[in-house]
Amino acid sequence: MLNRKSAPEITDAVKFQLSLPPHQKISLRNGVDVYLVDMGTVDTLMMNIIFYAGNCFEPGNLVAAATNFMLKNGTRSKTAYQINDFFEYYGAYLNRQAGNETAEITLHCMKKHFAELLPVVSELIADSVFPEEELEIYKKNMQQRLQVNLRKNDFIAGRLIDTYLFGPDHPYGRYSSMEDYSALNTEGLKEFYNQYYLGGRCVIFIAGPLPAGIQNLVETHFGSLPLTGSSKPDTRDAIILPAKEKKYRVTNDAESVQGAIRIARNFPNRHHPDFQKMQVLNNIFGGFFGSRLMANIREDKGYTYGVHSYLVNLIQESSFMISTEAGKDVSEATIREVYLEMKKLCDEPIKDEELKISKNFMIGTLLGDLDGPFQVAGRWKSLILNGLNDEYFYHGIEIIKNIRPAELQELANKYLNAGDFYELVVF
Amino acid sequence: MQIDYKKFTLSNGLRFIVHEDHTTPMAVLNVLYDVGARDEDPAKTGFAHLFEHLMFGGSVNIKDFESPLLMAGGENNAFTTNDLTNYYIQLPAENIETACWLESDRMLSLAFSEKSLDVQRKVVSEEFKEHYINRPYGDVAFKLRELAYKQHPYRWMTIGQELSHIENAKLADVKAFFLKHYCPANAILVMAGNIQTEKALALAEKWFGVIPAGEKYIRHLPVEPKQEAARVLEVKADVPLDALYKAFHIGSRTDASYYAMDLIGELLGGGGSSRLFQTLVKEKKLFSNIECYHFGSSDPGLLLIEGKLIKGTSMKTADLAIREELDKLSSTTIEEKELIKVKNKTESSILFEDMSLMNRASNLAMYELMGDVAFMNTELDKYLEVTTANIRDLSASIFNEKNSNSMFYYSNN
Repeated sequence: MLNRKSAPEITDAVKFQLSLPPHQKISLRNGVDVYLVDMGTVDTLMMNIIFYAGNCFEPGNLVAAATNFMLKNGTRSKTAYQINDFFEYYGAYLNRQAGNETAEITLHCMKKHFAELLPVVSELIADSVFPEEELEIYKKNMQQRLQVNLRKNDFIAGRLIDTYLFGPDHPYGRYSSMEDYSALNTEGLKEFYNQYYLGGRCVIFIAGPLPAGIQNLVETHFGSLPLTGSSKPDTRDAIILPAKEKKYRVTNDAESVQGAIRIARNFPNRHHPDFQKMQVLNNIFGGFFGSRLMANIREDKGYTYGVHSYLVNLIQESSFMISTEAGKDVSEATIREVYLEMKKLCDEPIKDEELKISKNFMIGTLLGDLDGPFQVAGRWKSLILNGLNDEYFYHGIEIIKNIRPAELQELANKYLNAGDFYELVVF
Repeated sequence: MQIDYKKFTLSNGLRFIVHEDHTTPMAVLNVLYDVGARDEDPAKTGFAHLFEHLMFGGSVNIKDFESPLLMAGGENNAFTTNDLTNYYIQLPAENIETACWLESDRMLSLAFSEKSLDVQRKVVSEEFKEHYINRPYGDVAFKLRELAYKQHPYRWMTIGQELSHIENAKLADVKAFFLKHYCPANAILVMAGNIQTEKALALAEKWFGVIPAGEKYIRHLPVEPKQEAARVLEVKADVPLDALYKAFHIGSRTDASYYAMDLIGELLGGGGSSRLFQTLVKEKKLFSNIECYHFGSSDPGLLLIEGKLIKGTSMKTADLAIREELDKLSSTTIEEKELIKVKNKTESSILFEDMSLMNRASNLAMYELMGDVAFMNTELDKYLEVTTANIRDLSASIFNEKNSNSMFYYSNN
């Protein structure tokens, strides 16, 4: 007779040997570093080209994002339509994304078309012209999108909390306005492009079952890029000026049925010895579906559809954030419960069983997260851009496997004090 | 790319598919139940989805679903559509039996706890508010479905027609729903990843094969009568921009016209070189964004177009401009090159989708639900058979004015 009451035997996930598949690094004749991750069984490739051209470097708000966006909107020989049509004809996706430090171009394509696509990717970097008309369309459309977003409490909360944490002038705390879009002009974009793309330096990651001759291909199309920068641009870190006032209630829409809640504190970056330990504590606190915040606030009280905590992915300095949307009448109760869960972690050591579950879950999902060439390349990218190497990855695994309840309690007492947190509800 | 699989029928009739992939350390257990929002009582909508939430509230022999799964290094989730409900667990392959144990127990029977129902009613209400009330244009999908469907249950949303339906759900309703839909006769089981077929089959028999088959649910849904005249709905709302929505009736996912229809959607709205985007956003500057999409629904569905108007554009001008593009596609034959483009895009998106083990597992279940898992490997060929004449003729029939539902959504600011 089948016993359905007791669980089948398992292999503890912490016993798994995790390894980060290696990359091969090559340097092109213009000094650009390329990291190749050659693995995978499906004939698809990803190429990620990263410039240090994020908003840390921009002379005016939104210049970095607009420049990055417009790379696909016209070169000396191709219109925006021709560029879109070209990539889409091959079923390829060419995306760009600008962040705080970096701005990227990412190509996803079928392996069989990779060689045909590369010259045009290279052309976008070397030969963009930033047509006036394209910029005007971009400005208008982005302004309209902003108008819609400004009606969302969640969007407002995400902007304000970063301003409290880093100050309104810090690249992490700055946010967009209608006027910022109006002020964009092609001259400013071209200058930024000349300085941080052509005058900069990129790092390239390519992942998938790589075609034969990949090195020559990359050398041909990217080794000839006229990039004149010698290394990561030399900038001083912007000054972080956190707000004095800690608690905020903002009314965005009198008809709101939910409040968008953010509770956050500043947190050191990945180089700090507490960072990886905090990832374990965060996992238990609010890092996934089975976390304490979810168990209490969603699964016991039903105040919200979801509540999450996380360490924000930033290079200069991170932040630790709790984020949720809760019914208007239970928003304050939700905040109280968040602090109660913090206090519990400070006052009582985590039980061995709960910690073991969390460790197994973290290792098990890490195993799944490393499953595939793009995921592996993503890991390497995060390490390399943060100035780290695979030792950091393996050290992180050792921390998950070995950290004890006493250490986590100590960490909670250091970082989970209600008084250190900014608190915001946007109704 | 061909996906290898083996298909079995367990001793209780449960359909079971195994897909081996020894390049991954992981395994996935996927269970699809042939029940969605279309199977709901019109007075109790949102039930299939609410029920999905209750599936995590403990089963007959296992009080806590989550902890044993986490202990085994696993993660899981589920989703509900108008057509189906799908549950999946991914975990290190060594521990696949834990997934079988958990998933089979909740197929056997739930705990039916009053507390779980009480909490999940609230959680789903907050989900409703977060996605549909507390955001601009949040009511659009509700209104559009009601405009386009008069009889068929696609006229309500998966989340439910109104909050009160969820708030009033009773435990007796929950039990009845489980008995009717959650049994081997109405399910498809897939095991995928780093597993051996023989062992997978043994595990499936051991944990699932012994569950009473239950009664096969036979669907008798009202058929949506053919639309005979264009419909227009005007709405005024507290939003910053005017928006325009159009919905056209199309065939079902298994209709022969599906492939050409899907390509028409790509031609019109798929990416920066698509017709609507290039003409209406870039050249004429009438819209700040425009999209064209469908849900691939099991019963005859809708092809939707939606866009936000550039301030100063009149609704009439915007509507005529869309109409002009649709007429062009209906009356002239497109260049072969443009058709190849959308076929290439389709080939590429299938490949990218198949990279994920979880997607492969759930797709195998969905193709089996469509009629035969083997369709998964013939799908691309069916796209490749579509001709430029097919595109023109199908466009003419879909975009017939009598088949159109338009919603003019005005900003009252």
